[in-house]
Amino acid sequence: MIEIISLEKAFGRQKVLRGVNLTIGNGEVMAIIGESGGGKSVLLKHLIGILKPDSGRILVDGEDITALSPGEFDRIRNKFGVVFQEGALFDSMTVFENIVFPLKEKTRLGREEIRARGVRGLEDVGLRDMGDKYPSEISGGMKKRVALARALIAKPSVVLFDEPTTGLDPVIMNSIHGLIRQTHQKYGFTGIIISHEIPEIFTISDKVAMLHDGSIVEAGTPGEIRSSSNPVVRRFVTTGCEDYSKSIP
Amino acid sequence: MNRKRMSWNKRGHAHPLATETTGAMVLENFLRILGSWALSIVRSMGRMLLFLSSAVYFIFIPPFKFGLLLRRIRFFGAKSLTIILLTGAFTGMVLAIQLYYTLRKFGSEALLGPAIALSLIRELGPVLSALMVTGRAGSALTAELGIMRISEQVDALVSMALNPMRYLVVPNIVAAVITFPLLASIFDVIGIYGGYLVGVRLLGLSQATYFSQMESFVEMKDVSIGLYKSLSFGVIVAWVSCYKGYHTDITGYGAEGVSSSTTSAVVTSSVLILIWDYFLGSVLL
Repeated sequence: MIEIISLEKAFGRQKVLRGVNLTIGNGEVMAIIGESGGGKSVLLKHLIGILKPDSGRILVDGEDITALSPGEFDRIRNKFGVVFQEGALFDSMTVFENIVFPLKEKTRLGREEIRARGVRGLEDVGLRDMGDKYPSEISGGMKKRVALARALIAKPSVVLFDEPTTGLDPVIMNSIHGLIRQTHQKYGFTGIIISHEIPEIFTISDKVAMLHDGSIVEAGTPGEIRSSSNPVVRRFVTTGCEDYSKSIP
Repeated sequence: MNRKRMSWNKRGHAHPLATETTGAMVLENFLRILGSWALSIVRSMGRMLLFLSSAVYFIFIPPFKFGLLLRRIRFFGAKSLTIILLTGAFTGMVLAIQLYYTLRKFGSEALLGPAIALSLIRELGPVLSALMVTGRAGSALTAELGIMRISEQVDALVSMALNPMRYLVVPNIVAAVITFPLLASIFDVIGIYGGYLVGVRLLGLSQATYFSQMESFVEMKDVSIGLYKSLSFGVIVAWVSCYKGYHTDITGYGAEGVSSSTTSAVVTSSVLILIWDYFLGSVLL
C-alpha cells in the first residue's frame, strides 16, 4: 500500500504541491488526473526519489521513504517500474537491450534466462520482431510499449505511468490502455497512471484522483468521479477543459 | 527608495541631494549584482567539486563497468587518433620552420631537434592534444549526456536503482585518464617526425644532429612533466564535460540547454586547461 500524507513541494516561490493526501491499495490501478503543469509528474517523481519533498510523508508498505538515504532508497526503487512520458529508452541500445537492461545490471540471472525473459517481455507488448531495432527506428506508440516491457521485466510490485498515451492517436492510445489492462491482469501490479485522457482512462482504472491547485480535490471510483458535484472535477471530467481563468488578467 | 527626493532645479540641473541618492542606488545595485554573481560562481564551483568527488569515490567502488570503460576508451582515444596525427604533424612542421629561422640567427641550428622535442613533450603535446580532444570528444560527451538528461534517460537509470555516476561519469573519467597521456605521446612522436621532415628533409639539417642532440637534451623529467600534465587535462576535460552534460537542466531547457551546456563545456575545459597548465608548469619547472 502507498500512502501519501500532506506532501508539499515548492520550486523557488512556486508551490507545486500543497499538501497532497492519497492512498493507493495493493493491486489497485489509480489514475491521477488534472491540468497540465498541475504537479502530477512532480508527485510521481517523489515516489521514486528523484525529488525530495519539502514536507510530508510517503509510506510504501508502511515504510516512510522520504526519510531514507539515497542508498537505502534503491531498495524501494527495486519495487517500482516506471514508464516515462517519452519512454526514456536508452537510444544507444537496441529495443531488446533496453528491455533486458535492468535484468543484466541488477540480477545474477544467466544469459539464457535473461534472453528468454526478454523475448517474453517483447511478446507481452506485441513487439516480438522488433528486438533488433533502435529506439530511433520505431514509432512513438512502439516506444511506449518497449518502455512498458522494460518497466515490467523485473516484475515490480508497483508500476508508475507518466502520461503513457500523450501524443498518440486514439487507436494507438486505446491499444496502450488495453496493454496496461492486460499486463495488470497478468502480473497484478499496483498501477499509478498520470493521465488526462478523459474518459478513456476511466476504463482501466479502479480509482481516480483529481489533482488541482497542488492538492487532491476528489478521489474515488471512476463512477464516483463521473458523478462528482465538485465544480472543478465536473468541468474537467465532462469537458476535459482545463481552467485557464486564473491566467486571464 | 527616496525617489520623491530626486528633483530638478529650474535650470534643469539635478538637485545635489538627488544626485547623491542616485549614486548610492547605482552603487547598491552594482554591489548586489556583484554579490549574486560571486555567490553563483561559488555555488557552481562547489557543485562541480562535489560532482568530481562523488565520481572519484565511485571509481573505487565495485561493480566496475569494464565494457563501458572500453567503449569510452575507444570514444576518447581511437576516434581522436586522426585529428591528433594531423595536428601533431603540422605542429611539429610549423615549430621546425619557426625555430629554425630563430636559431639560425644565433648560429644554433643544431639545437633544432631538442627545441622541437622539449616544446612538444613539455608543453604543446599535452596542451594541444587536450584542446583537440575537448573539441572532438568533450563536446560530444556533453551533448550526449545533455540529451540523456532532457529525455529522462538519466531519471530512468535512477528509477531502476542504478547509479548514473557509475554508468555515465566514472567510465569517462577513467577512460580520459588512460587515453590523454597516450594521445599526447602520439602527438609528441608525430610532431617530432613532422619537425624532422621540415628540418632535415626540407631545410637540410643533418639527421644525426637532429636526433642525437635531442637524445642528449631531453630528460626523463621532461617526459614525466608532459605525462602529469596530460593526466590532469584528462580529468579536467572528462569532469567538466560530464558535469555540464549531466546538469544540462541547470543551464537551460531542451535543445537550447544542450547547446549552451556544450558551448560552456568546451570553453570552460579549454580555459581550465590553459590555467592549470600555467600552474602545473610553474610547480614542476
